Amino acid sequence: MNHVVAVGAVHACSHVGEGCGYPSPSIQDFYFRPLFSIGHFHFDKPMLLVLISTLIVLVFFWAAFRKPQIVPRGVQNLGELGILFVRDQILRPQLGKKGDNWLPFLSSLFFFIWINNIFGIIPILYFPATSRFEYPAILTATVWVLYMGIGMYRQGPLRYLKNLSVPSGAPWWILPLLAPIDFLSNVFIRPFTLSVRLWANMLAGHVLLLVFALATWYLLTLKIQLVFSLASFLLLIALTGLELLIQLLQAFIFTVLTAFYISGAYESAH
Amino acid sequence: MQLAMHLHHLLYVAAGARHAQAAVAATAPGTPGNPITYHILNLGALAYGLAAIGPGVGIGIIFGKFIESIARQPEAQGRLQGFLWIGFALTEALALIGIAVFYFLK
Repeated sequence: MNHVVAVGAVHACSHVGEGCGYPSPSIQDFYFRPLFSIGHFHFDKPMLLVLISTLIVLVFFWAAFRKPQIVPRGVQNLGELGILFVRDQILRPQLGKKGDNWLPFLSSLFFFIWINNIFGIIPILYFPATSRFEYPAILTATVWVLYMGIGMYRQGPLRYLKNLSVPSGAPWWILPLLAPIDFLSNVFIRPFTLSVRLWANMLAGHVLLLVFALATWYLLTLKIQLVFSLASFLLLIALTGLELLIQLLQAFIFTVLTAFYISGAYESAH
Repeated sequence: MQLAMHLHHLLYVAAGARHAQAAVAATAPGTPGNPITYHILNLGALAYGLAAIGPGVGIGIIFGKFIESIARQPEAQGRLQGFLWIGFALTEALALIGIAVFYFLK
């Protein structure tokens, strides 16, 4: 019955000084007590964070492009910076100029993932919602439906599956070995790695930050020199910087691969 | 009410954990009186350690080749930097799938 135990980083024995040892972060740190419940529906902190990030994306882009002007002023500058980054670095290399219709989808995807990742280092929030598997999973499900659906619609189901399974230029005698592997890779392994890449990066980053934050606190209570706790704190700061890079990179990679899979659905990538 | 219930449960678990610690210290592990066994080998950590070898080599190769190619042709840096980050993230993914497995096996 009591499957929801942790409120943040609470463990069964977290009173230092009673010989409990270092409260190492575990999978329990990713489960949260619900903020409120309606019947069996529990609304917890990651859901709140996802809602907040959606609101931020909506409000920011609405404010930036409410009254667009040729010479941008104010927030429009920032909004144009973001949109042009997505268009020139993500969309144009994969989809080309005629893929500009995908810009709203790809930029929403990029900024949604990036802002959710950034919540991992924002004070008070301090949790990247993308480190719960359901959020990258649903994004990946959307992308999978898109690239399979568009491919089958534009190229016909059998021809699209053939394009997924058979790379051009492969000699005929290797096809019985290569085609099943390629088919499995493009249809099943792609969504798996796409979701797990984003999820595991955020999980590992959050756990790293937790390890050093808890160590900073734990070493203070051990009656040893202050310099050990200080070293842990400095390393925590350095890792936060690393997390900044990784968060942006993972959002970028997810969007780039989405654009690449969609371009493969329009025409054969080989 | 929920909060009080959860706090009560937490205190109960905390008390139970200390009780269990005392019981473990009193009897030998593995005997019928003490079903808790000490794990010498943490399978998850071993699995992740082995899984990190490949991506470690791979990431080293990617960045090494990037540095080498910039040394040969410095003006190609802008174009190659995109491939650098894509290659890094794709290789890192395998190491991170390993760390996700670590949490399942823990």
